[in-house]
Amino acid sequence: MFNEFPLWPERASTVAGHVDLLFIALIFLTGAVSILIWLAILYFAIKYRRRPDNELAQEYEPPQILEIAWTVIPLIIFIGIFLWGAWLFFRMQRVPDNALDIYATGRQWMWKFEHSGGQREINSLHVPVNRAVRITMASEDVIHSLWFPAFRVKADVLPSRYRVMWFQATKTGTFHIFCAEYCGTWHSGMGGWVHVVEPTEYQRWLAGGSEGSMASQGEKLFQKYACNTCHTNDATGRGPVLAGLFGKTVALADGRSVTVDENYIRESILNPQAKIVAGFQPIMPTFQGQVNEEDLLKLLAYVRSLGGGQAPSPVGSAASTGGAPVAPQKPKVSAQRPARPITTFVSSSRSGRGTISTSTSASSPGCSRKITNGSASSTCSP
Amino acid sequence: MSDVALHTEEHHPFLQHHFEDLGQQHEASTLGMWMFLATEILFFGGIFCAYTIYRIMYYEAFRAGAHHQNWKIGTANTAVLIGSSLTMALAVWAAQMSRRNLTVVMLILTLILGGVFIGVKAYEYSQHIHEGLFPGRLFTYVDEEHPELTKGVEMFMTFYFGMTGLHALHMVIGAGLLIWMIFRARRGDFGPEYYSPVEIMGLYWHFVDIVWIFLFPLLYLLH
Amino acid sequence: MLSVTAMFFVGGIFAFLMRLELLTPEGDLFTSDTYNKLFTLHGIVMIFFFLIPSIPATLGNFILPIMLGAKDLAFPKINLLSWYLYMIGATFGIYVIVTGGVDTGWTFYTPFSTQYSNTHVFATTLGAFIVGFSSILTGLNFIVTTHRMRAPGLTWFRLPLFVWAIYATSMVMLLATPVLAITLVLLMIERVLHVGIFDPSLGGDPLLYQHLFWFYSHPAVYIMILPGMAVVSEVVAAFTRKKIFGYKFVAFSSLAIAFLGFLVWAHHMFVAGISVYAAMVFSFLTMLVAVPSAIKVFNWTATMYKASVSWQTPMLYVLGFIGLFTIGGVTGLFLGALGIDVHVTDSYFVVAHFHYIMVGGAVMAYLAGIHYWWPKITGRMYPEWWGRLAALLVFVGFNLTFFPQFIVGYVGMPRRYHAYAPEFQVLNVLSTAGATILAVGYVLPMIYLIWSLGWGRKAGPNPWGAVGLEWATSSPPPKDNFLETPVVKWEAYDYPAFLKAMGETQHV
Repeated sequence: MFNEFPLWPERASTVAGHVDLLFIALIFLTGAVSILIWLAILYFAIKYRRRPDNELAQEYEPPQILEIAWTVIPLIIFIGIFLWGAWLFFRMQRVPDNALDIYATGRQWMWKFEHSGGQREINSLHVPVNRAVRITMASEDVIHSLWFPAFRVKADVLPSRYRVMWFQATKTGTFHIFCAEYCGTWHSGMGGWVHVVEPTEYQRWLAGGSEGSMASQGEKLFQKYACNTCHTNDATGRGPVLAGLFGKTVALADGRSVTVDENYIRESILNPQAKIVAGFQPIMPTFQGQVNEEDLLKLLAYVRSLGGGQAPSPVGSAASTGGAPVAPQKPKVSAQRPARPITTFVSSSRSGRGTISTSTSASSPGCSRKITNGSASSTCSP
Repeated sequence: MSDVALHTEEHHPFLQHHFEDLGQQHEASTLGMWMFLATEILFFGGIFCAYTIYRIMYYEAFRAGAHHQNWKIGTANTAVLIGSSLTMALAVWAAQMSRRNLTVVMLILTLILGGVFIGVKAYEYSQHIHEGLFPGRLFTYVDEEHPELTKGVEMFMTFYFGMTGLHALHMVIGAGLLIWMIFRARRGDFGPEYYSPVEIMGLYWHFVDIVWIFLFPLLYLLH
Repeated sequence: MLSVTAMFFVGGIFAFLMRLELLTPEGDLFTSDTYNKLFTLHGIVMIFFFLIPSIPATLGNFILPIMLGAKDLAFPKINLLSWYLYMIGATFGIYVIVTGGVDTGWTFYTPFSTQYSNTHVFATTLGAFIVGFSSILTGLNFIVTTHRMRAPGLTWFRLPLFVWAIYATSMVMLLATPVLAITLVLLMIERVLHVGIFDPSLGGDPLLYQHLFWFYSHPAVYIMILPGMAVVSEVVAAFTRKKIFGYKFVAFSSLAIAFLGFLVWAHHMFVAGISVYAAMVFSFLTMLVAVPSAIKVFNWTATMYKASVSWQTPMLYVLGFIGLFTIGGVTGLFLGALGIDVHVTDSYFVVAHFHYIMVGGAVMAYLAGIHYWWPKITGRMYPEWWGRLAALLVFVGFNLTFFPQFIVGYVGMPRRYHAYAPEFQVLNVLSTAGATILAVGYVLPMIYLIWSLGWGRKAGPNPWGAVGLEWATSSPPPKDNFLETPVVKWEAYDYPAFLKAMGETQHV
């Protein structure tokens, strides 16, 4: 019965309970107030209904203190709600340190997921249970929004920059993936299933297929686009050394400084003139229109894999790599994920590199694109 | 109309029937114009806001874009416009003083100066289009030194045409109103009691000038 | 008024067709494209062509000058111009409907609207742009009239609360609409010339569009609801025969809503990619804007204490309004609380929330206002019994339609879905059933109001025994509203003083 006609969404992530708690608290609070108001209205409307003996209302002014009371008390309650909601939001935005990296691209009208081992899925996503998963997302065309109702998380996916979301599933099963931002004709078909499985099963699934890890594919692209002619491994190149760079704060030619995060790397590839690192010439050509979103994510994974963020002593490591002028690292707040300390990065290339195999995954678009297909145990599982 | 006349002792020909007296009518129309200008400020404010953001995002390209503007022509045109503001102010004063001929002359001068401004603007536009700087399909320009700036220059030119185009549209509307004012001034409609049309015309004209005073440095001078 | 109401029915038909489609999980009645066009046109028609002009342009135009004791609005010609602009804008809207529609959603989010959609985006935005000017001119007219054309003795704090709220609305119209106008101009430029202003593949920024758009469109919510509150204040006073409790608080809460309404736009963008700290600021401000609305609800309720409550049709609508607006308001708190918003935004929860505000609030108030001032405007009474029946149908139908949507939204149904997962069906069927009742509830008043034009009982100057200058003149009022300019000697909603003054001058 419950599965056919749910009144409450499944609760399958660490934050889901918190969201539900706040939601239920608000239902009780606002429900009580609303019912009080309705009862008061009904009571007054009946008790003081117009009768021949009260054609004119009584001359009665309620005390002014009431007015103050219902200005101040709601204000205090609302601020309380705000604090609770903000605390929860903060928690939802801060990615745990050891999160597993998955990359997602949205396009009209499908979701493409790529594991750091290079395994790809369309409209279907396998994640291990009880492990934080960080999804780095971009869109190839219009704005989409990735929503996992069972995990109570959602983030818009933009064509212009990377967004990051994370969740930690708490129970195994198959749950909905939806696109929540209207994106065109088949918006309602742009969904699929997320399969939360045991870690061992996840490993088994990962072994099923891969084309080399994200980072190693990125490395190939790095050579294909001849990035390595300027971004060499020592300080002799015309461009900054990328090893050990990710997560650092670098000084720019115009005196500002910037934290090397996903969006900075993206911008440097697509619009290299925007922020030139101090000591370098603005000679890099733009790759706008040449590198698609998926390849960009691979390049990003490669730059990430060159390290930088793991060691909390960046000054020494920067000196040892002899790289571009790297300012002392501060836990600086970036525009996209201010809450996440930049030392949380976990190298993606070293974890779970899958074996090279042909097919992507058992979940083909045909099976998972129809969200009306029905129950969890459909053919979508691997 | 007749019952209104009973309540107003001297019924001025331009007192609209729903106002009590000319003072009220004057206050209402002036306030109305100020309100309208508040709207206009937000209207231009939106595009100024977008311009500022993109200027920060594409700093180099916007600098390069500004180099395509001829600041000498721009300065001359600014002077023309400020001159027209002066004649407009004089026209308001003349209307208040019941100096009919002076009012007409000043309004015509304002119209001519405004026309000169639009003419110069049209000349600049034709130059830009000739250079292939009009955004969209006509945009054939390529920045030779820094080809990667081309896209940003196109965006700069979009804002250039958008902002000056809107401004020019306001000028054309203003010119239309001026012609109407000249006609009414010739007819001798205005005097110390009734000059609000000229006055609110003046408010509008000054506003359009002020917009240009902001546009000019943003588009021509900021290199 | 006829034009606006016609638009309401056009929009309503789209809504009903949508509900019909959502009866079953599969997309079987229409194609996806048709469905997308339906919800887009529903949104555009309802918001730009109905809700925004509804109360201000119809009731406001008529009642506001009378309430002020003025003969007309300050600029009747501009008012006429505003109507012409509305009709031109609406013509574009109808042109779009006839020639194939538009499928961007009423928000025209870029880059979808500028580069990917191949429907009539240009004509639609042009229509919205023109209607925007119509509403700017209306707002301008109201502000000037309120400032300069009050009757002798009618000080600011003797003004009816209707005037206060309309005044606040006009401020919002005047200051927010131009930003939408320029945004739509930029959007049209981008679409026609294919230059990157908002499209990231050309170097633009799609979030900038959202900021500019919501800078208008959030205050626009208050353009829709404040006039509703304006009507409610009048009707509550009239049908309780009592002074509104906390007059100054209610008056200033309108201004507070208008002001704070400008500072909360980014709460539509919590998951869209704004920074955590920006989200917190906007969430906090959102909580603040809820306070003045709460004040109003409490004050209306308190007014009914020891009153003389009459159960006539306008009052029934208003009781419905207070109840539904309360639900709409408190669910706004859910959405304003960041942690919940992440889950429920862009879901049916949002759809239900804003329908409770817009339909349960603004449309109920519009109906209340039409019934309340109908005798004044036409000089005829409508059939009371039918009026009560329609009010009841609307209330029941409305709740049945939109309450299930809260649940289906929290369970996880995203908005703007043509086909949905099968487990959501039961709630969607309920919703469609409710929409049917609601439709009957809306058609009834149209029938009996038209009937009353010809056969309704003649109404006297003051059929409700209400206070206010509009009840001091005949029904319908003479051309200049009053035979002689009234002098106001009483405080707002002061029943004994007003009745006494009327007793003396009843011969007018």
